[in-house]
Amino acid sequence: MRNPYVYILVIALTTYLLRVLPLTLIRRPISSPLIRSFLYYVPYVTLAVMVFPAILTATGSLAAGIAAMAVAVGLALAGRGLVTVAACACLAAFVVGLAA
Amino acid sequence: MSAGKKLIFLRGMRDGVPIGLGYFAVAFTLGIYARNVGLSAVQATVSSLLTHASAGQYAGFSMIGRQAGMIEVIVMTVVINARYLLMSTALSQRLGEQTSFLHRLGLGFCITDEIFGISLAYPVPLNPVYTYGAMCVASPGWALGTLLGVLMGNVLPENVVSALSVGLYGMFIAIIMPPARKNRVLAGVIVLSMCLSFACDRLLPGVSEGLRTILLTVIIALGAAILFPVKEEAHA
Repeated sequence: MRNPYVYILVIALTTYLLRVLPLTLIRRPISSPLIRSFLYYVPYVTLAVMVFPAILTATGSLAAGIAAMAVAVGLALAGRGLVTVAACACLAAFVVGLAA
Repeated sequence: MSAGKKLIFLRGMRDGVPIGLGYFAVAFTLGIYARNVGLSAVQATVSSLLTHASAGQYAGFSMIGRQAGMIEVIVMTVVINARYLLMSTALSQRLGEQTSFLHRLGLGFCITDEIFGISLAYPVPLNPVYTYGAMCVASPGWALGTLLGVLMGNVLPENVVSALSVGLYGMFIAIIMPPARKNRVLAGVIVLSMCLSFACDRLLPGVSEGLRTILLTVIIALGAAILFPVKEEAHA
């Protein structure tokens, strides 16, 4: 059996290279309006795709997932901070999870 | 450290608290999985401290479990984590040009979905010290969660663990919603992203989450960039 640490290091190094190469290689503002616009939208699309529909199934209870989503969206639109939104989403999921 | 930097670091630590708690819950399940594939507590924790990637580590552990070839390990790791390339590129545009090489190496180590998210919410130019502060809290949560997951398995009540797991999503929502309120196009892009993500989940269950994320990100963000180019002031 191959040493697990070899795997662990290969996975860590590969992941680190993906994270660090653009940061170190791209040292100037990108001037192309298309690429700038693309990069402006990237984070929002990435985070939206990762949230939905994963949040619905995260707890194993669809009702709890919907409650967490609704609470988080409502509070975020009301301008609440990261900590508040995250904590209230957890609380909503927990309470609805108990009831369901 | 100057007083200003210290304040920024502390602000990062504060914002890192919910991330650390969420990480603890997620990593706990990762630890349980690591034990199932035969990794020791130390091995799994070392992996967590070096990698900080939930989906990437899950896939990695499964490949360790079946002793996959190294080429496969590298290719799979690149595919699953390819979104970090995009995140890192996006962050490179938010740094001051004079940001040192060392800070860029340090910041690269800190790019996870969540840390990236809160770093975006920081005013441009991003101060890496803020990100380090958040990572100082988040990383121990991730490592400790993994360690205890391996050691203790299912000690925490299951409903607590599962409720904590939505915390990360709540944070993502808190990051993307406020700017969308002031920008109709952005709001539309976010809704479309969620709808297409849902459709992919239903219609293409064979496509992994990592691959789905990167494909949809490239397609939707590129389409939005072509149809609705961003005026310069919107970047600030």
